[in-house]
Amino acid sequence: MASSSEAQSLVVDGTRIDFIDRGSGPPLLFLHAENGIEPAAAAIEELAKGARVIAPTHPGYGGSELPKGMRTIDDLSYFYLDMLDQLDLRDLTVVGAGLGGWAAAEIAVKTTARMARLVMANAVGVKVSDRETRDIADIFALTDPEYLDIVYADPEAGKRDYKALPDGEVLAAARAKEATARFAWNPYFHNPRLKSRLHRIKIPTLFLWGNRDRMLSEAYGRAYAGMVPGARFDLMERAGHFPHQEQPKAFAEKVLAFAKAK
Amino acid sequence: MRVYQFTEQPYFPGWDKHSGSLRVNFLNRNCDPHIAADLFHRYYDEWQLADELGLDIMLNEHHQTATCMSSTVVVGLSVLARITKQARLLVLGYPIGHRPDPLRVAEELSTIDVISRGRLDMGFIKGVPYEFPSSNQNPVGVMDRFWESLDFIIKAMTTHDQVFNWEGEYFNYRQVNVWPRVWQEPHPPIWSTTGSTAQAKLLGERGYVMATLGSGYNTRPLYDAYRRGHVAKWGKAPGPDRFAYLGLVAVANDKDEARRRGDLVAGYLRSSSIVHLPFRNPPGFLSAEDNARLLRGQTPPRSYTKDRRVINMQSASVEDLIAAGILFCGTPDEVYQQIVDFCQYCGGMGNLLMMGHAGYLTHEQTVDNLSLFAREVYPRLKAWKQPDAEEVAAAAVAAAEKAPASPAASVRAGDLVDATMTR
Repeated sequence: MASSSEAQSLVVDGTRIDFIDRGSGPPLLFLHAENGIEPAAAAIEELAKGARVIAPTHPGYGGSELPKGMRTIDDLSYFYLDMLDQLDLRDLTVVGAGLGGWAAAEIAVKTTARMARLVMANAVGVKVSDRETRDIADIFALTDPEYLDIVYADPEAGKRDYKALPDGEVLAAARAKEATARFAWNPYFHNPRLKSRLHRIKIPTLFLWGNRDRMLSEAYGRAYAGMVPGARFDLMERAGHFPHQEQPKAFAEKVLAFAKAK
Repeated sequence: MRVYQFTEQPYFPGWDKHSGSLRVNFLNRNCDPHIAADLFHRYYDEWQLADELGLDIMLNEHHQTATCMSSTVVVGLSVLARITKQARLLVLGYPIGHRPDPLRVAEELSTIDVISRGRLDMGFIKGVPYEFPSSNQNPVGVMDRFWESLDFIIKAMTTHDQVFNWEGEYFNYRQVNVWPRVWQEPHPPIWSTTGSTAQAKLLGERGYVMATLGSGYNTRPLYDAYRRGHVAKWGKAPGPDRFAYLGLVAVANDKDEARRRGDLVAGYLRSSSIVHLPFRNPPGFLSAEDNARLLRGQTPPRSYTKDRRVINMQSASVEDLIAAGILFCGTPDEVYQQIVDFCQYCGGMGNLLMMGHAGYLTHEQTVDNLSLFAREVYPRLKAWKQPDAEEVAAAAVAAAEKAPASPAASVRAGDLVDATMTR
């Protein structure tokens, strides 16, 4: 497949999605976080310096269509398993950020046949504490400033001037919020079934964790990592819930080093 | 013309204790159950009076809020089904978008229809935006869930000779056979609400009674959309009985006293919008296109006066609320004229949902308000001749053919007052 910096589109199971295929080298699948593909642009650029980066926009986000009946991250994982078959990708490093990490885990518990390594960046997807302990901050109950304050090390990183942005990006922001609620409203940002399946992931796994994330805690990340056999846990400085967005260079370096390590 | 007496059953003694939110996260520590009991009994007494005065009755429910203590409307309906004699009992609305179990809804409402001996009117709504965080139902896809739930409830109420199964997108049942079966055949009348012309047209096609709330002198386009849908589907105009409008009502023999009462009743508008900001517009409640417009800061006004002045109904003066057709207020003569003017503007409107109590209006004032309305205003409204339905509908159809309506934005976040079913 040709390398290109342009966003392309791809049809999977009859659903057209936005799709980036960029750089050359070992293949790397980047699954974006709940805030969409646009904030990941710099990270994708950095990753493409050392890998062929395949970065789909999840169904329902950006300009991607939504297949009828898709409602859960479990549904999304089957969609991506079909996509990997269609593209016949092998020895793949799968990198998932936030909600994309949840999708990566849901894919990996089904099969890692096409995967070599897994990177989970401030990933959601499981519940680690008891039923009355809130593991994941209720972002739908926060004002915008409160939200930016807990997800970014530097809240300025998340500020967007919607009056100045092009129409497409404003619509994408609105679609991202809706798509995230579709997947994560209830149960809230997790699949109760996932925890008991994580032992099936037997490929090298790295949890990369922005240490200023207050939507999730470091303890949450460590507990999650503890459920994946042999997973490493690595903290990132000056980064919150979206380390790929706040520290794209450092993020890409860590991911590419992990992808290459024997 | 029928008139339904409505109160939200507010817990107004808590209204001055909030810090930015009266809903969802306003702690129930602020509720004294002894005061709540007194208020419930008072409101039931006032509805009993409405029944004796020949008025009909409307109830609703909201959740986790001091603006409306009725968190399960079935309780109020049950009490009133027993203690009233002749009033129709309208629930508007039953928020089935928040309900995980429509079989239970069909059972509850069938039972109430039977106990009331066929006096139930069933208004179904998807539910207000700020209650999705408490119900935890997903606001995304709520309209799909709404329609499947409604279709199921109708089937459950109209199936008498077999046990049926339902394996849908959202709801699954294997052995459905509702007891008791409904009193009214084929089922109690169905009502709903909307703020969008697209939805109004759909309701017209279904022939349900359509209610609007707070739409004032911006109501006509919704009614005309309904009329077009109705004509297209049924080949005839909908009568005025297909339309309902919620208006605040404050009447008194003395003009100044009426204005004072109007100001107290308007407390409903001023309190109902006090809700923690992030709960006002959960993702998926409005379309992504509408939300993109909101992100850009574009919010079309919702309330207009008769002479097309934009008003904000949450902060408007009594005079502006009267001018906007949101509050009917004054002496019996004035109130009659205001209502008739409004019905004329609507091209006919046959069900006034009368908020005859709200806010800090006292029991004595409420009793006087209802009594005076029933005695001095209602008989004249009943005698008033509605505009010719066929003529009005024909004009609505012709106007649309001449100038196809542009798809109007249905942005209502932030000023949603009650149960709405936008889109």
